[in-house]
Amino acid sequence: MGTHSMKFFRTTILAISIMGVAACSSSGDEEMAAPVVADTSGIDATTAAAARAEAERLAREREAQQRMEAAALNTTVFYFDFDVSEFLASDRDVLAIHGRNLASNTSRRIRLEGHADERGTREYNLALGERRANSIRDYLVVNGASLSQIETVSYGEERPANNGQTEAAYRLNRRVEIK
Amino acid sequence: MRTMRHIFLLGLIFSKMAMAAELNIEITQGVDNPIPIAVVPFSWEGTSPLAEDIGAVVSADLQQVGEFRALPPGNMLSMPDEAAEVFFRDWRILAQDYLLVGKITHSPGSQLVQVQYEFFDVAREQKLIGEVLTGSVSQLRDIAHEISNVVYQQVTGTRGAFSTEILYVSAQFVSPELTYYRIEKADYDGHRSQVLVESQEPLMSPAWSPDGSQVAYLSFETNLPRIYIQEMATGQRRQITDFPGINSSPVWSPDGAKLAMVLSKDGSPDIYVMDLTTNQLTRLTDHPRAETEPSWTEDSRSVVFTSDRTGQPQIYQVPITGGFPERLTFDCFYCSKGRFLPDGKNLVHVRRDTREDNSYSIAIFNIETQRVITLTDTSLDESPSVAPNGSMIMFATKVGGRGILDAVSIDGRVKFRLPSAQGDVREPSWSPFLN
Repeated sequence: MGTHSMKFFRTTILAISIMGVAACSSSGDEEMAAPVVADTSGIDATTAAAARAEAERLAREREAQQRMEAAALNTTVFYFDFDVSEFLASDRDVLAIHGRNLASNTSRRIRLEGHADERGTREYNLALGERRANSIRDYLVVNGASLSQIETVSYGEERPANNGQTEAAYRLNRRVEIK
Repeated sequence: MRTMRHIFLLGLIFSKMAMAAELNIEITQGVDNPIPIAVVPFSWEGTSPLAEDIGAVVSADLQQVGEFRALPPGNMLSMPDEAAEVFFRDWRILAQDYLLVGKITHSPGSQLVQVQYEFFDVAREQKLIGEVLTGSVSQLRDIAHEISNVVYQQVTGTRGAFSTEILYVSAQFVSPELTYYRIEKADYDGHRSQVLVESQEPLMSPAWSPDGSQVAYLSFETNLPRIYIQEMATGQRRQITDFPGINSSPVWSPDGAKLAMVLSKDGSPDIYVMDLTTNQLTRLTDHPRAETEPSWTEDSRSVVFTSDRTGQPQIYQVPITGGFPERLTFDCFYCSKGRFLPDGKNLVHVRRDTREDNSYSIAIFNIETQRVITLTDTSLDESPSVAPNGSMIMFATKVGGRGILDAVSIDGRVKFRLPSAQGDVREPSWSPFLN
C-alpha cells in the first residue's frame, strides 16, 4: 500500500476530474498524519495510541480508496481521438480499476461496445469501433480480467451518442462503452 | 410492324408498405445541351382516369438522367397519339429532335390494358420503333419505365436502367432509446418503396443477389453483427454467419456462386469468401490491421477491398485464388469502398484527398491513366453504388443534418437527389437488370 497507493490515488482523482465525473468530496485527506496524543502513561499507552491512530489512518485510506474505485467503476464511457483506436492515456488508471475489479469478481461479465463518428465509410468504421473496443479489452486483461469475461461488439457509426455534425458531437461519438 | 410483349411482374404483397420512407426525386444538375424530346401525353379510351400518367413518367425518367429535355405539353402545337396523326413540321418548328406518341386502350376480353407507343426521329421524319405493351393497370409505371428504356437505347445506344430498383437503409429516430432501422426497396427513382425488414437494432449493407431474387445484409438483432440472406418474394430469411466478432459486408460474386464478407474471428477484420453451395469458407487476406469493404471484379475472379495496413485506408485487389494483394490507390489520405465500373479500369471509391481536406467525396480513379475525377462536392459522401448500365452512381450523403441519397452520372455532369420525407436514408444498392 503505502506510497504506491498514495501516488495511485492522486493520479486517479486527476483522471476522474478530467473526465468530468464528480470526484468524491469527503474529508478523507484532510489530515493523513496521526494526531499527536499527549503521552502521560508511558510507553505502552504511547504504542497503543500510535497503533490506534495508524489503524484509523488505514481505515480512512481504505475508505477513500473504495470511494475512488466506486467512482472509477461508475465511469463506463471512454472517448477517443479522431482516427485513433488507442484509448486516452488519462483513462489508464480508471481502466486498471475495471480490470482488477473483473479479476476479483470472476463471475462478472461485461460487454465493450465500440463506436466511431460518422466521417468515412460505414464498414471501415465498424472495423475502427472494434479496434477501439479491443484496445480497452486488452488493457483490462493486462490488469487481470479474463478474456472469457469480456464480449466486444462494434456498432461503427450506426449508434451515435449525438446526432450533430460538429467536432464536439463527433468527439462524443468516438467512444467505447462498458455495459 | 408492331411487336407484342407482355409485362407480368411479380405482384408482391408487402404488409409494411405504408411505413416505407417516401423518396421524392429532385434534379439538381443537368447537362448544358440536353437532347430536346417531345413526349405527347398518351391518350386513354377509358372514362375513369388512370393512376399513372405514362407520358409524365417517361419524361421524368429521361430528364432524370440529364441527357434529355422534355417539351412541356402546354407548348405543343398538336397532340397526336399515333403515326397517322404526326405532322413532323409541328415538331421541327419547336426544335425537337425526337417525338414519342402513344395510346392506352382496354385489352379485348380482359382486365388488362394495352399501351401502344411509337418513337420518331423528327429531322429524318422516320419512325424508329413502335410496340404494344400489355399489362394490368397497376403495372402502368413498369410499362412507362420500359418505354423509357427503349427510347434511351434508341438515342444513346446504351441500355436504359429505368426498370431497375434500389435497396437502402432507413433510420427513423424516435428517442435516444428507440430508433427504427429498415431495409427498403424502391424503384430506381424512389417510387413505390417497400419495407423488407425492420429492427430496433442497426441494419447495414444491403446487397443484391445477381439475379435480383435475394438480399444479403447485416443485422444486429441478436446484439451482434451477423449476416442474413432474405428472399425478396417471400420475405423468408436465414442467418448465414455466427462467428465471433464482426461478421459484415456481404457481397455476391457476379456469377452468384460466392459471397464475399468480412470476419474478425481470427483477431482482426479480414476478407473471406463463402462458397454458397458448399458453405466452405476461404480466407483471402491475413493481416493484423483492418481489411474490409470487399467488392468483386466483373469476372468474379478478384476481390477489391479497403485496408489500413499502411496506417490510413487504401484500396487493394487480390485474386480469389489467394496471393499478395496489389495496392491500387496511393495519392489520397483516405481511399475506401472501391468498386470497378463494368470496364474493369475505372475504380469508383470514397476519397479524402489530404488530412487537412476534411471532406469525403465520390471519385473515379482510372488505374491505367492514373487519373482521378472527383464527382461530388458534398462533404460526407459514402456508399457509392453503380447502375447496371454503368451510367450513374448513387451514393449517400448528408444535407442539413439529414441522410439522403444522391446520384451522379459517371462523367459528373448530371445529378439528381432522392431526399427522404422522414428519417435518414443511406447505403443505396442499385439492382442488377431485373428484366
